[in-house]
Parts: sequence; structure tokens; C-alpha cells
Amino acid sequence: MNLNLDFGFLNWGVISSFVAKGFIFSVQLTLVAMIGGIALGTLLALMRLSGKKWLVMPAAFYVNTLRSIPLVMVILWFFLLIPLLIGRPMGAELSAIITFTVFEAAYYSEIMRAGIQSVSKGQVYAGYAVGMTYPQCMQLIVLPQAFRNMLPVLLTQTIILFQDTSLVYAIGAYDLLKGFEVAGKNFNRPVETYLVAAVVYFVICFGLSMLVRRLQKKIAIIR
Amino acid sequence: MTWDWQVFLQDTGGGETYLNWMLSAWGWTLSVALCALVVALSVGSLMGILRTTPNKWFVALGNGWTELFRNIPLLVQLFLWYHVIPSMFLVLRGVPSFVLVVFALGFFTSARIAEQVKAGIQTLPKGQTYAGLAVGLTLPQTYRYVILPMAFRIVIPPLTSESMNIIKNSSVAFAVSITELTMFAMQAQEETSRGIEIYLAVTGLYFVSAFAINRLALFIEHRVQVPGMIGGGK
Repeated sequence: MNLNLDFGFLNWGVISSFVAKGFIFSVQLTLVAMIGGIALGTLLALMRLSGKKWLVMPAAFYVNTLRSIPLVMVILWFFLLIPLLIGRPMGAELSAIITFTVFEAAYYSEIMRAGIQSVSKGQVYAGYAVGMTYPQCMQLIVLPQAFRNMLPVLLTQTIILFQDTSLVYAIGAYDLLKGFEVAGKNFNRPVETYLVAAVVYFVICFGLSMLVRRLQKKIAIIR
Repeated sequence: MTWDWQVFLQDTGGGETYLNWMLSAWGWTLSVALCALVVALSVGSLMGILRTTPNKWFVALGNGWTELFRNIPLLVQLFLWYHVIPSMFLVLRGVPSFVLVVFALGFFTSARIAEQVKAGIQTLPKGQTYAGLAVGLTLPQTYRYVILPMAFRIVIPPLTSESMNIIKNSSVAFAVSITELTMFAMQAQEETSRGIEIYLAVTGLYFVSAFAINRLALFIEHRVQVPGMIGGGK
């Protein structure tokens, strides 16, 4: 075994000039795609559960299509198509943000659909009985409970989303992984930087998943 | 915009057409995915089983394995296999990148499969293990003849979606220069500038592959179903 590793070059200056920029972008991408994805995903879930064919069909098509294509291909598709549609080139970073929001919405929508379905029908009828309209029922009765029930799953999906942001490698966007890679190339220490990158991703994802586990215990409704 | 599907009949400059190249890339995608699936199923089942045994060291090993491979992005794991491991273990220097990708993807997926297998075993009533032990079977025998035949049938549906995921996830192999479908898509797009046609064809092939796995798994599910159980039919 050849353990000739030297982590000495990874001082604060290197981290702040190469890695920090990538880390900020990865977090930004995760947060925007999470918020946008949950909003769009909830809308798609409501469409699929609306019972109206002209709403169900497009939503189901959207979700099923995106869920059966590899994320890397989706990233490539958007990077190719967006400039054609808007008629001017678009940066890899912005393209990635749009792609992830659209892509993750398909996954979040499946979670929200399960969440909405976990609320018992009687509650909706009760809402109608006291004179609420459909939007009121959804907004005041069903969605708050669906969110609460699904919060751990939504957050777990967000951890997966954070891991998946590394795939922007395909279009050369500057994310956390890219930051480490550039630092490693500059100092000719690729082995060490990939190792550190793996540790950093592990600590973040494992830490977050521990938090989700604790949250899950805390918010579980005793039935 | 006009379609130009003839791009697939153009020569790549290497004496073959883009169509030929794409089909061989499809072959790489399928071989990476299927070999990785074999690794993932065997290692994942083993780890999943270890996590349900009474031995706390086995449980710790299984849990540690799962957390390790679940919390590092696949692409980073792939780079570890490709750049880090061969430079630390010089014996592994000559190993072809195909093998490294298979292990990277296989171990990554094994963590998910371990989780499913563990859940499958835990849905069985504890009484079944006790019954096995009570009639004089050893613990391994109880697993072999009582627990696993049921547990594996229960986990077929989640394993099906993992198998479809492995086809999709094999696309990261582009990052270490395996000429699978995604790599083909990127290179052919650059060379021909007919990105839409190329991407459509590649996306179609991913659809077909995942769908084929889905049908195959459904067939297996029907063949092995236990009469009298929910979803067991007949």
C-alpha cells in the first residue's frame, strides 16, 4: 500500500480561493432547486389528483418522462435546448439551476402526491361540509398535513439532490466537486483532493441525514 | 429547425457510422449496468442480511457500509475508484476502467439494496425465525430455508426500481471515459452539431433499456409469487 499523501497544501487560502466558490454554488443550487422543486412538485401533485383528464395527463407525462431519463442526460438536454429557445447562450450555472428545479419537481411531486393521499378523505368532506371551497380545503386542511407527514422524505430527497448537484460536472459548472478538482490540478495533488472531497460530502450528507432522523422522531404524530 | 436523421449514417472518421458507434455505446451502458447489478445484488443482500443478525459486529459492519456508500455522491465515489484507489494500491494500477466503474456503481447501489433487503427481512414476523430455530435449524439454515425465500419475494418491487436506477446511474461512467451512451451523446453532439437528433436517440435507448428491465422484473415477480399472499394472486 502506497500511502504517500500530503494534505499540507490545503490551507485556508487554497480552500477560500478554489473550494468556497464551488461550495456556495452547490448550496445555492440545492436550495433553489429544493424550493422551486417543491413548489412546482406540489402543483404537479395537485394536478395529478385533480381527477380532470386534461390536468392529470400532462402532469403524469411530465413526471414519468423525467423520472425515466438519467439526470446527466437531462442536464445535457437543457444545456442544449435553452440557448436554442431563448436565442442566446446561457452559462452552465444558470442552466444547471433551471434543470435541477424542473427535474427535482418530478421527484418532489411523487412525494407530495403520497403526502396528500395520506390525509384521510373524511377531512376533505368535513371541509366541504363547513362550506370551504376546494382551494381552501387544500390550503387550510390537506397541504399543511401533507407537508408535515412528508417533511422527512422531502428532506431526504434534498440530501440526494445535494449529492446529485455534483453531476453538473457534465456541463462544466463550477460546483463543490469542481472546486476540489481545480485545486487538486493546480497543486498536482488530485488523489488528496478527491479524498477530501469525499470526506466533505460524507460529513455533510451523513450529518444532515442524522438531523432528518431526529426530526422524524420529533414530528411523528402518535396515532 | 429541420430534422437531419441522416447524421447517423455519417462516418465518424474511424471507419464506422454514428449508428454503429451508438449501438456499441448502448452495449457498454448495458454491460456496465448489468455487471454492476450483479455486484450490487450480491454485496447488498449480504450487507442487508448482516444488519438483521443478532451479532452486533455484523450489524455495525452492515450499517457502516450502508452509511458510507449512501452519503458520498456517485460521481465522487467513481473518482475515488478511478484516481485514488489505483494510486494507493499499486497492484490495481492495470485494472481496466470498466472494472472500476462496475465496482463503483455496484457498491454505491449495494447500500440501497442492503436497505431494501433489511426492510424486507424485518417485515417478516419474528416468530418465523424462532420457529426455524425451534425445529433445530441453525441460524444460517433458518435464513436459507425460512427467512430469505420470503424476504426476497417481498423486496422484488423495490429491487426492480433499483435495477432501473442502475441503468440511469450508469450514465456517470462518461466521467471516466467509458464510451457508453452519455459519453457518445456528448462527443457525437460536439462532432456533428446535430445534438437534438443524437440526444433523442440516446434518451430513447435509455427508455427502452429501463423498460426492458421493468418487464423482466415483472415476469420474475409473477413466476416466484407465493399463492395466498397479497399480490400473490391465484
